[in-house]
Amino acid sequence: MEMLEFRFDSKPGARPTDPALCGVVGSGNLEILVQPSEQPDCCQVRIKTSARGFGATWRAVIGDFAASHAAGGTAIAINDMGATPAVVSLRLAQALADYQGGAL
Amino acid sequence: MSLSLTNRHCWFEATARARINGLLDTGSFSEILPPAASQPSPHLAQLDLPGAFDDGVIVGYGQLEKKPIFVIAQEGQFMGGAVGEIHGAKIVGLLRRAAREKPAAVLFLIDSGGVRLHEANAGLIAISEIMRAVLDARAAGVPVIALVGGSCGAFGGMGIVAKLCSAILISEEGRLALSGPEVIETVAGVEEFDAKDRALVWRVTGGKHRYLMGDCAMLVDDDIAAFRTGTTAFLADWREPAPSAALLRARQQVLENRLAAYGTLRDGLQVWAALGVAQPESVPMLDRDSLVALKEGLPT
Repeated sequence: MEMLEFRFDSKPGARPTDPALCGVVGSGNLEILVQPSEQPDCCQVRIKTSARGFGATWRAVIGDFAASHAAGGTAIAINDMGATPAVVSLRLAQALADYQGGAL
Repeated sequence: MSLSLTNRHCWFEATARARINGLLDTGSFSEILPPAASQPSPHLAQLDLPGAFDDGVIVGYGQLEKKPIFVIAQEGQFMGGAVGEIHGAKIVGLLRRAAREKPAAVLFLIDSGGVRLHEANAGLIAISEIMRAVLDARAAGVPVIALVGGSCGAFGGMGIVAKLCSAILISEEGRLALSGPEVIETVAGVEEFDAKDRALVWRVTGGKHRYLMGDCAMLVDDDIAAFRTGTTAFLADWREPAPSAALLRARQQVLENRLAAYGTLRDGLQVWAALGVAQPESVPMLDRDSLVALKEGLPT
């Protein structure tokens, strides 16, 4: 297992108090928990992943997500069981939409 | 009841959370120890494996047709729904609360291969505590209904737990047994049981077979709404009996008779013929309603 932590600037978004969870820690899948954080212009992400050595890929995928979504003010926790970058991107968008109560 | 694909919300492929949402009255579910408050398994962390926030089981309360209901739902996609220490403790806690607060029923959405072997003794103890808690809830007058229709079925310790419940509702896709097919093949050899023969696996452990044998009270379509309708109908007629030695002895006698009648048979096909099914080879292709009609026409 590898633990990673990232912090990216992101546009401030809606910050409901209720957390949102999406996905399951199954093979090729991951779960994402989105909660409010104290910093409205920053997206913090903590990852536990079964696949070691993919830090640069995670950085690219999360950086892209933070730049393209209003994910400021969120603390995101991820448990990953080998999801591909495309699955991670889709789940991040889904989790944020669930959290902010909007559609995808 | 034949359902068009567009109206169907498959139970087999749904996550545990999706099953709960479709099963209970819309918006009525409240989760106890939700992901943000729960803890992933420390045992898995020691083994360098990522856990799940809810440790693979969701517990809480809600309503079914406006009646208060407690719910336990195992997530089969996380480690095969296997029971670890925290997973088990959440289930036991909910069952103990049910014995105190007496909801109309506990719905136990089983989707599990049994003990989580990574957690060894902690998982085994968890299973035994679940068994005791199911019996205590029933003794307090609270029906505990097992709903089985997920990809992991109900095997190992969770197969026993399923049979300790008041009743089991199962879909054709659901499976129920003690040792799983691969365990039997590994221990006794492929001549004894070919775990890759999926048709055989379902003829021996699948929902239709379990329903024909009387192991399950109800066969329902692989559809979340069908599980909801079935559960509602079952609970409307069910009164939880007080535990008694006479009931247990009668059940023991039924099982002894069954062993004597079918114990030497090798395949569901032979058992169905012995049960009086005229064309046993037609059973796997029958839809749910036809199979229920077939069972109701069998000699008892």
